[in-house]
Amino acid sequence: MKRSETHERGETSLSRAELIERMVAILGAGGVVSERAQLRTYECDGLASHRVIPSLVLLPENVEQIEAVVRLCHQERIPFVARGSGTGLSGGALPVEDGMLIVTARMNRIVEVDIPNQRVVVEPGVTNLSVTTEVAPEGYYYAPDPSSQLVCSIGGNVAENSGGAHCLKYGFTTNHVTGLEVVLPDGGRVHLGGKTADPPGYDLMGAFVGSEGTLGIATLVTLRILRQPETVQTMLAAFSSPDEAGGAVSGIIAAGIIPAAVEMMDTLAIQAAEATVKAGYPLGAGAILIVELDGPAAEVEHQFREVEGICRSNGASELRIALDADERTRIWKGRKAAFAAMGRISPAYYVQDGVIPRTALPVVLRKISALATDHGLRVANVFHAGDGNLHPLVLYDDAAKGEAERAETVATEILRICIAQGGSITGEHGVGTDKKDDMPKMFTVDDLDTMQRLRCAFDPNGVCNPGKIFPTPRLCGEVPGPHRPHPLQTAGLAEIF
Amino acid sequence: MTRLAELRAIVGNDHARTAVAGDTLDGVRPRFVATPGSVGEVSELLRLAGSSRWSVAPAGSGTKRGWGNPPTSLDLVLNTRRLDRMIEHSEGDLVVSAEAGMTLDSLQTHLEGAGQMLALDPEDTDSTLGGLIAANASGPRRFRYGTVRDLLIGITIVLADGTVAKSGGKVVKNVAGYDLGKLFTGSLGTLGVIVGATFRLHPRPATSRLVKTDVGDAEAVGAALRRILRSSLVPSAINLLADKDTIGQIGILFEGIEPGAEAQAKTAAGLLQGDRDPSVFRGEAAMERWRDLAESSPEDAPVTLKVTCLPAELPDVLKRVNEAAKRCRMTTRVRGQIGNGVLLVGLSVDETSQVVEMVTDLRNFAHEGSVVVLEAPVEVKRRIDTWGSVGDALPLMRKVKEQFDPAGVLNPGRFVGRI
Ligand SMILES: Cc1cc2nc3c(=O)[nH]c(=O)nc-3n(C[C@H](O)[C@H](O)[C@H](O)COP(=O)(O)OP(=O)(O)OC[C@H]3O[C@@H](n4cnc5c(N)ncnc54)[C@H](O)[C@@H]3O)c2cc1C
Repeated sequence: MKRSETHERGETSLSRAELIERMVAILGAGGVVSERAQLRTYECDGLASHRVIPSLVLLPENVEQIEAVVRLCHQERIPFVARGSGTGLSGGALPVEDGMLIVTARMNRIVEVDIPNQRVVVEPGVTNLSVTTEVAPEGYYYAPDPSSQLVCSIGGNVAENSGGAHCLKYGFTTNHVTGLEVVLPDGGRVHLGGKTADPPGYDLMGAFVGSEGTLGIATLVTLRILRQPETVQTMLAAFSSPDEAGGAVSGIIAAGIIPAAVEMMDTLAIQAAEATVKAGYPLGAGAILIVELDGPAAEVEHQFREVEGICRSNGASELRIALDADERTRIWKGRKAAFAAMGRISPAYYVQDGVIPRTALPVVLRKISALATDHGLRVANVFHAGDGNLHPLVLYDDAAKGEAERAETVATEILRICIAQGGSITGEHGVGTDKKDDMPKMFTVDDLDTMQRLRCAFDPNGVCNPGKIFPTPRLCGEVPGPHRPHPLQTAGLAEIF
Repeated sequence: MTRLAELRAIVGNDHARTAVAGDTLDGVRPRFVATPGSVGEVSELLRLAGSSRWSVAPAGSGTKRGWGNPPTSLDLVLNTRRLDRMIEHSEGDLVVSAEAGMTLDSLQTHLEGAGQMLALDPEDTDSTLGGLIAANASGPRRFRYGTVRDLLIGITIVLADGTVAKSGGKVVKNVAGYDLGKLFTGSLGTLGVIVGATFRLHPRPATSRLVKTDVGDAEAVGAALRRILRSSLVPSAINLLADKDTIGQIGILFEGIEPGAEAQAKTAAGLLQGDRDPSVFRGEAAMERWRDLAESSPEDAPVTLKVTCLPAELPDVLKRVNEAAKRCRMTTRVRGQIGNGVLLVGLSVDETSQVVEMVTDLRNFAHEGSVVVLEAPVEVKRRIDTWGSVGDALPLMRKVKEQFDPAGVLNPGRFVGRI
């Protein structure tokens, strides 16, 4: 071991060699990655523009090992970052230099399937799709369906509060998690929520979901599963412009219909998808909508006809209705492949994730288009139109001088447009490393400080995924306000409990 | 300046007064009641309370004032009812923002005009939005729409030190920053004063059907529930009403468009076919019967418990409630949102020792859920923690409280573990 490396660590007195030894004692030799070449595999998540090589990568197999690892980190004040499958798009699982990266991939057991109570208990490394695969034979499914569901982990979903195309009707991860076992940043283990309704006390589970790995490591997750709907019907509608498609979306909502999903793609996105998967999308269309309704057959049939009418009256030139599961899969195939397909029409692209009120869709899309033209770039749009979650893909050529910077400018400007409309800088990808400096555009200093009070309760030393979400960390020691003895003490009640 | 004068300097002469006997909360009489008219005034009041070392109880309409443990101290009741303005109803986005003192009733009346609703149906519709959130109040339709935590998308709060902060926003999908809305939901005014909220809305259903059937015993309740849950039906609510000996009625509510509601009601009636024929009610008749079933209040009873369990545990829990009631020489009236495993158990007596015995008995029964005392005479609440155990997360909850309200100004003693 090179001597110089021992100086790089924070406050710990352990040399890297000693640290490796301690970690191997906990995890076994196979559970500790320390070779630089191997460490590089973990230097970034899905946001490849940010890279940091961690000191060690740890591969625990059970909660006891996570506890032991985190306790050691706590004692030595070594920062650590949890990582699931590394598909995150905001640099949430970006390692900390001289820190530990704790990868949950080996904790991938489905611990319990409780069909009568509609609960499944899983370890954090279980992939999203495998939950549905497990319960499908019984007629159930796990609703949140991020496009990355084949690989992304439930632990990562919990941390990001991930969404998917079907969240319009069914909600996000946070609406489908009922209990968590968490190893806190000091190595202690707690149980938040549970299997039953309304557990008394603060909803710390609710606060943990979406906290992007900054409050601890989820080691067991209890999920709510849903009964498969009686019927699913899917249609593809082609319009001459995104404006028209947006009009149809508003019309559907105004009719009191809540579809399972409403997805929009514009011309560029359609072309890219067609070039890749040949989903049979109409190439000349200005925009397409994929509308899916599900539920009781009698209701779906009726509302589906209504949706057809709304699409037509908003100018739909072509309506294709999936007659069976194969046709439905084909319609979805293009949508699901859209991100990856961008490679066909552009050497590089930047995925943005902003949210606007649904009614602002037409004006925002026009503004984005004007913005792109101003900067001499193309922007493809593929997004969850039903809930106003935009995913503009800013296309650029990384070999062309200055284009990457211009693309970043456009992406940042898009967020400004979203905020000006009363929207959000992220609908599902999270703040992570990528957007922490955008947080002050949405929140005041007091807002951010108040959020960080929660962080201080969980992680007073700031060792758990530090440097994410917040532009400036709050010092947890300074507690504002006048001090006075806890009323329990004054009332002489403190000893009772 | 006298204390009262200081309060009046903040909220105006008409909106601060000395407390009277009727303001007493679980045996503790506050000194003052103030009703601020703006977020700024809330903030100033809390700063004054902080520097005066007062304890503060935030209050709305007072429908849940009996909830929680008795406060360890109380000086100022901070009533939010004057913060009752609609901030924005964005119809096309199915989103509404309002101040926290607006009542659920007046919000619903406003939304009705647009054919929309906030899908929360707690018993007390005159409760304020802030009170609803703080108490995590819910009703039978939670089976379909979820509870406050599922519908709240943004919140504005004033912390004990006067800091005004918000989290979330006014779009339904948003993961920027921590979700403090969840943290404040059910926090019973112990972390801050809720002053504004944004909710996602739902379209008002066009029609409804009620499928109602009598059930003979706990096993029959369990069997009926199993059949409905296993089907692909989408009820809005599944309720049980049971008196004394668990002989009761199950009502399943379907809402939506005509053909959907009708078809589902037929299927459900078929599934419930047993010794007794289920009846199906339509439209207004359905709503009338539904109100009898779902709103006939166990809160008429002197003591109300909220017992939660897994749906599959329901028969055992119902039997246990009966047995315990017999042992404790009382009768019960059970109303339950059984699809969610939530039972409201009204007790016929309020004799302290009997009630304590009953609660202890139920808490000793090993099942997954909890037994919370919602309403009870203060003597009972002095003997037992109304919330029961919250498990190994209590120390963490204390730390959260210390961060948000380090001086323990807000509702001291009323929450879990006497937080
Ligand atoms: C092609 C593609 C499509 C995508 N589509 C979608 C989509 O439709 N919707 C969507 O929401 N997202 C989408 N994503 C983003 C990403 O897949 C999700 O954010 C996913 O939840 C990340 O899971 P992961 O296991 O890869 O987590 P990682 O990237 O490994 O980690 C993400 C965050 O979770 C934390 N974390 C991981 N495990 C734990 C744990 N056990 N306890 C605490 N914190 C933990 C990490 O520290 C990090 O902050 C997409 C990504 C790609 C590459």
